[in-house]
Amino acid sequence: MTRILDFDILRHNPRDAASVPRLQRYRLAETSGMTLFIALTRIREELDPGVHFDFVCRAAVCGSCAMLINGRPGLACRTLTATLPAHIRLLPLPGFALIADLSVDTGRWMRVMSERLHAWLHVATAVDLDALETRMDPDRAEAVYELDRCIECGCCVAACGTAQMRPDFVGAVGMIKLARFRLDPRDARDDGDFFDLLGDDDGVFGCMSLLGCQDVCPKSLSLQTQIAHLRWAMARRGLAKAGADHGDGI
Amino acid sequence: MPAPVSPGPWPARLDLLQSATGLFLALFMWLHMLFVASILFGTDAMWRVARFFEGYYLFGRSLPWLVSLFVAVVFVLFAVHAGLALRKFPSHWRQHAAYWRHMRGMRHGDTTSWLAQVVTGFGVFFLAPVHLYLMLTHPELIGPYESADRVWSGRMWPLYLLLLLLVEIHAGVGLYRLAVKWLAVGDKARMRLMRLKWGFTVFFIALGLLTLAAYVRLGIEHAPHAGEPYLPTWQRTLS
Ligand code: HEM
Ligand code: SF4
Ligand code: SF4
Ligand code: FES
Repeated sequence: MTRILDFDILRHNPRDAASVPRLQRYRLAETSGMTLFIALTRIREELDPGVHFDFVCRAAVCGSCAMLINGRPGLACRTLTATLPAHIRLLPLPGFALIADLSVDTGRWMRVMSERLHAWLHVATAVDLDALETRMDPDRAEAVYELDRCIECGCCVAACGTAQMRPDFVGAVGMIKLARFRLDPRDARDDGDFFDLLGDDDGVFGCMSLLGCQDVCPKSLSLQTQIAHLRWAMARRGLAKAGADHGDGI
Repeated sequence: MPAPVSPGPWPARLDLLQSATGLFLALFMWLHMLFVASILFGTDAMWRVARFFEGYYLFGRSLPWLVSLFVAVVFVLFAVHAGLALRKFPSHWRQHAAYWRHMRGMRHGDTTSWLAQVVTGFGVFFLAPVHLYLMLTHPELIGPYESADRVWSGRMWPLYLLLLLLVEIHAGVGLYRLAVKWLAVGDKARMRLMRLKWGFTVFFIALGLLTLAAYVRLGIEHAPHAGEPYLPTWQRTLS
């Protein structure tokens, strides 16, 4: 039996002064193996060419198709309609600037977060491109690679009650970025430096352990474990600090 | 890129302190429940427990101010915990609305139980000080008849009933949250923790209801003599 699916999709274009946010209903017959990506493409091709949404890879790699699917953040390209009821409500990811309809600007958010957290490799000496790279312990490399699997989709931010209440909170994605550089032996920073970036209520101490992030991350990263490790490391640092600031920030 | 400005050690310390006071209070509440439940083993058993905490078996006489001292410490930790936890409360309407909308959409246990923690914490904030003040100022009035009279003739049972439910829910969720906050737990262990948390909550609420019922019964029986202190059976002279 093919199901008839009703999609309620948020329609709004913030750059059009006359646009009022509204839910618009589209009806499709379900096909086998249908993902939300397929459904949205068919809606655009057959029912309404004006619906905005983002896709690039269609394979849970680029992170651009995250949206609220019946209230929960998820990637549209890897959500099968068969896992959903016949009535599907799609909203843009909250917490990010709306471009139009289901399309949000996660890129700008991620950039602001990365710049604030200095989320890039800090090497102590200039890299000699002609020399052989320093070897890295394979287990360590594996652990770094594991955290590098984050696709910056923004689901963890949209799933986090803390981030929804406090827009300056760095979110799980921010915390695991720094966890990643903390693991990387090439990064010259120590816990004192990471403390300066993360050791306050917009950082790891703002996290209230609601674990929405852990439960929605489409890449199944071990966010709870990473955040708990960071919290310990930063708390230890905070205790040791005793007011005496160290000043060797890079 | 501007160099990061160190937040200083205080956010870290306050977070630790919030967890430490929460841990102490939650474990204390569980022990407290077990002590109070001694009434289920009879009035003499409860009398012994009460005297024990007055140092009777250590110093050979009752020193109720020891109880006052301990209550004062609990009161301070309670206030510290509440003050720190208040930082987490949504304060603006926008935050309330955001959390509410988020929670309804997510249909996610840990997200919902956080709101339960805020609401129960808020309730405990008002109700617990009534009890703490009585214990602080009248530590000598802890005993089978004394307590039962307070519960029934003193009309404290509605307060105790509410406190029981609020504190057990709050402490259970709080301890679970402490575990996921500070320890690396996999998804499986988290499920088990969740079940354990429910087990403890149900057990302590059940024990609390039985205990409260026992005091109410004793209080009703003793109401005609309300105010008369309890004497253990072996100290009573045959009349
Ligand atoms: C004045 C009344 C109280 C208020 C307003 C209050 C409020 C809160 C709130 C909002 C949280 C969540 C904090 C967070 O997510 O970081 C919390 C955590 C906690 N509370 Fe309370 N609470 C109160 C009393 C108590 C009592 C009496 C107990 C013990 C039974 C307790 C045990 C805990 C525990 C174990 C936590 C977890 C600590 C953490 O997450 O760092 N609280 N409390
Ligand atoms: S941590 Fe997971 S949910 Fe968050 S941005 Fe990365 S991939 Fe997405
Ligand atoms: S554990 Fe909760 S509060 Fe912390 S980042 Fe994840 S969703 Fe947000
Ligand atoms: S389209 Fe790239 S993650 Fe969905």
